[in-house]
Amino acid sequence: MSKVCIVFDRLRSEEKMLEKQAIELGHDTTMLDAKMTQINTDSSKNDFQFGDVVLERCVSYFRGLHFTACLEFLDVPVINKFEVARICGNKLFMSLLLKKHGVPTPKTYFSFSADAARENLEKVGYPLVLKPVIGSWGRGVMPVKDKDTMDAIFEIRELTDGPHDRIFYLQELIKRPPRDIRVITVGDQAIAAMYRKSTGGFKTNIALGADPEICQITNEIEELCAKSSKAVGGGILGVDLMEDEKKGMVVHEVNNTVEFKGLAKVTKKNIPKEMIEFALNSTRK
Amino acid sequence: MNCPECDGNIKIPDDASNGEIVSCPDCGADFEISKSNGSKVELKQAETVGEDWGE
Repeated sequence: MSKVCIVFDRLRSEEKMLEKQAIELGHDTTMLDAKMTQINTDSSKNDFQFGDVVLERCVSYFRGLHFTACLEFLDVPVINKFEVARICGNKLFMSLLLKKHGVPTPKTYFSFSADAARENLEKVGYPLVLKPVIGSWGRGVMPVKDKDTMDAIFEIRELTDGPHDRIFYLQELIKRPPRDIRVITVGDQAIAAMYRKSTGGFKTNIALGADPEICQITNEIEELCAKSSKAVGGGILGVDLMEDEKKGMVVHEVNNTVEFKGLAKVTKKNIPKEMIEFALNSTRK
Repeated sequence: MNCPECDGNIKIPDDASNGEIVSCPDCGADFEISKSNGSKVELKQAETVGEDWGE
């Protein structure tokens, strides 16, 4: 019998599905609330019940990232690895790596001040999509369609002036059907995919109410997902693709602590089972 | 159990676990189950959605 630990900070249905599956597979399963855990520089692996492998499932990116750093300090095998979490949690880092590894990805412009971003927008032309480098569920993603919109958005950014507000990530607006594709990859392999159909606006996040619909994993999807997964360091991931009218499939995002509640509703694949088995197998290599 | 905010009635599922979020049907406040031991359940204020929340 193996020992599996699921680290969370908010117990969602995904974490409950993983727990249930791990128990059904006969593994000794521990649920650990990251918010209630104490770790220090003198801690050792044996002070905790982390077991053979940890699935890091915090909804807070920074909490999960820092917790993962502590786990790796303690030599505890964790899925995903710190480096994977660091890259996938930041859209700029992720876009650079996708491009570097030859994965087709939307053209994205990076500026490091409002003035430089303004100058770039005037040069490149509208529309571009402004995305916060850290964040999820489509929050703060805005189409910048004209100069007035740009001025308003940039003014708000200058007022809030958070550390990441000074990084301007502007992406070409992809001409595509009103949907995108979410693929779950486990160990570089696409295991399930769905279309996320927009319910009106241009965003297609399930968290915003997009409708999930099963999508067949074609060879093209399989290859693009394997390439994307390898580019960011592998593990358990959510790869997002768009169908560009001219360029074909492009990968716009790779997610670290992937949510699969929507996909679990439409696929026959046992997603949590695949995840638990992969996590344990990765420790045996 | 009674909502700590408005005294409304919050139903706690039998299979509820620590860390799970329950909402008050009357005032809409979210609470996290901090301790569940049989029929005895303790609630604490749930964290609000953070800028870094998500996938």
